[in-house]
Amino acid sequence: MSERKLFKGNEAVAEAAVRAGCRYFFGYPITPQNEIPEYMSRRLPEVGGCFLQAESEVAAINMVYGAASAGARVMTSSSSPGISLKQEGISYIAGSLLSPLIVNMVRGGPGLGDIQPAQSDYFQATKGGGHGDYRLIVFAPASIQEMVDLIYISFETGEKYRMPVMILADGVLGQMMESVEFPAMKEPKDPKSSAYGVTGAQGRPARVVKAFDLDPELMYNLNEKLADTWKKAEESEVRVEEYLMDDAEFALVAYGTSSRICRSVVDKARSEGVKLGLIRPITVWPFPKKAIGKAAGKVRGFLTVEMSLGQMVEDVRLAVDGKKPVYLHAVPGGLIPKRDEVLAQVKSIIQGKGV
Amino acid sequence: MQDVYRTSNSLTKNTMHYCPGCAHGIIHKLVAESIDELGIREKTIGVAPVGCAVLAYNYFNIDCVVAAHGRAPAMATGIKRVHPDRIVFTYQGDGDLASIGAAEIVHAAMRGEKITVIFVNNAIYGMTGGQMAPTTLVGQKTTTSPYGRQVEHCGSPIRIAEMLSTIPGAYSVSRVTVTTPANLMKAKKTIKRAFQNQIDGKGLNIVEVLSTCPTNWGRTPYESMRWVDENMVPYYPLGDFKVPEEAK
Amino acid sequence: MQKEYILSGFGGQGLMLAGVLLSEAGILDGKNVSWIPSYGPEMRGGTANCAVVVSEEPIGSPIVDNPDVVIAMNLPSMDKFEPLIKKGGLMVFNSSLIKSTPKRDDLTYVAVPANEIAESLGSEKVANMVMLGAMLKADGWVSTSSLGKVIEKKMTGSKAKFIPMNIAAIKKGEEIAG
Repeated sequence: MSERKLFKGNEAVAEAAVRAGCRYFFGYPITPQNEIPEYMSRRLPEVGGCFLQAESEVAAINMVYGAASAGARVMTSSSSPGISLKQEGISYIAGSLLSPLIVNMVRGGPGLGDIQPAQSDYFQATKGGGHGDYRLIVFAPASIQEMVDLIYISFETGEKYRMPVMILADGVLGQMMESVEFPAMKEPKDPKSSAYGVTGAQGRPARVVKAFDLDPELMYNLNEKLADTWKKAEESEVRVEEYLMDDAEFALVAYGTSSRICRSVVDKARSEGVKLGLIRPITVWPFPKKAIGKAAGKVRGFLTVEMSLGQMVEDVRLAVDGKKPVYLHAVPGGLIPKRDEVLAQVKSIIQGKGV
Repeated sequence: MQDVYRTSNSLTKNTMHYCPGCAHGIIHKLVAESIDELGIREKTIGVAPVGCAVLAYNYFNIDCVVAAHGRAPAMATGIKRVHPDRIVFTYQGDGDLASIGAAEIVHAAMRGEKITVIFVNNAIYGMTGGQMAPTTLVGQKTTTSPYGRQVEHCGSPIRIAEMLSTIPGAYSVSRVTVTTPANLMKAKKTIKRAFQNQIDGKGLNIVEVLSTCPTNWGRTPYESMRWVDENMVPYYPLGDFKVPEEAK
Repeated sequence: MQKEYILSGFGGQGLMLAGVLLSEAGILDGKNVSWIPSYGPEMRGGTANCAVVVSEEPIGSPIVDNPDVVIAMNLPSMDKFEPLIKKGGLMVFNSSLIKSTPKRDDLTYVAVPANEIAESLGSEKVANMVMLGAMLKADGWVSTSSLGKVIEKKMTGSKAKFIPMNIAAIKKGEEIAG
């Protein structure tokens, strides 16, 4: 077992990506994720990789698009306003069946918003984000260790489905420190060995990487192919954690930072005799519909806790499909839900005093 | 039997979709011949733009990607940083490079990216139907400047070659055209040199090529070539704006 | 079992670092830890603070609303966090700068003249270590021996010469609390 080290979330993201064989990073400064590019600017030259600070998020994501087209494991990171700018490139990347890693340390919005932790980019992350029909595989870690582990596997998951991968975290996970154990260093694959990248048409027919076809029949085929891929990912890649759900009479649903507060809510509730459980999506796309649908058969209701005005709650309602009431504890603006306030709402709902 | 003429290995046999009198076909050919002559076809990667040349990947028999509008230099940067031993070029129009992609080309030049940029300037947006470009001449009528481009309303045309030549990271900057056999020969030499410079590890290398758009200009192919010579060349002078002695 | 700490003071008084050292000592003690800098509106008002959780269990929220223990290096910190400490909790305050008297009768208070002690040791910069030593002694959840090891491990090269002063500062703090 390797040593447990105290690591800041953002720096852990960068180190985990390097260990996963990522050798290329293109980014642009924005709070609260600056430690990621700063770390990469030191670390990548040590391992023969390339860090480049782009002139804008738009340029950064298109550099990522280029590097991914060239067959490389590549990543970028940003925070909400910057991720909005990157949507153009993400759409092209998805349409080109490439699989770079995009990290979003979400901050309060809309607009320039603030620099505090938020979960208000859920729609953007899980429903496409840019133009056209596409999805990303979106991981929502709740601890730095989990973030490290998910980043380590994210490249391979993305490459398996040829879909872009996103780590949807927030300022808390980026700025906090926890003890982590890093996985072993993986040998990066030679980009020239890519089966679909542009590497120079040496001894083979020329390749084209594009998200474009003027012929609607061919574009239809691409869309069908994407849909087929999503179906497979939805069947095999859902990750979810259930905490004390076996005998739960009421369930919280939360991901990332708010799920940690909810875990504390569950512990407090249990100590007071309230049979509360927690369903924590680890992938928010594909969404754990089955786990929530199953729970709808036995709990009296759900309370979704989000650091936004309520976005995931729509997916929870779709999964519950009207079988049980779904309530919302919404804390937007970059503020963080408080354990006692969430618990008070749970008790109020259970006692029939309203939401 | 002696070869009199042979199509370039770096071009496919596909029929080009370009309009009669459009110079894209000629410029493609000059690029392809340069690649052939330098023996780099199997190590060259092209970046197609958004615009009429979006389908360039159909005509170049080399590995290609299609960039988002204006982002070709950023995408080429990503490719070149992964494959520094490959030859990477972008092929961009004036809407793509001089308007929406102005930041990308300026910063690629600032970084001295070791790439080659073929910048085709025909003073109009062709693909979308003849709208005004940043390079549209003063007084020139387009579908979005129906009264002719007016300086007080939307400024004077931008001279990209002159601007980029002020950037320390730009290694070679030239402007050529293909309106006469003499101009064409000079263009070929300049384009080939812009690739040779990259082979020699130098960048950024940009060749601005003054081109035509008979369809959207409402002129015949012959008139269009003359229009370049008579109207564009006086505003966009031909020549090398920045070519180091060692590269000449 | 789990303990939640807030370390608060002026920017530059070394509270962020003290929180990191406390966290690393917690790891050496075999516990789970989380450290988070002040975030949100509490950043305003003359204090820089961090929250540390040291737990035998996986840590839920890293955000600390009601700490078990507070280190207050200045008056705004004392004013802000004194009302939030759990009943029976611990307040370790810098009596060099805080002249007000404790307001609650359900807390344990430890007054530490950290600036004076640090100056007597040779540098005001180790006032944070005096406070940390006093806190660890009074609290007892994270060991001072682990803290010493962390300091020895972290202070290398040109900083190694400051190890004895830091260790002495921790000892002085322990004496005050003991």
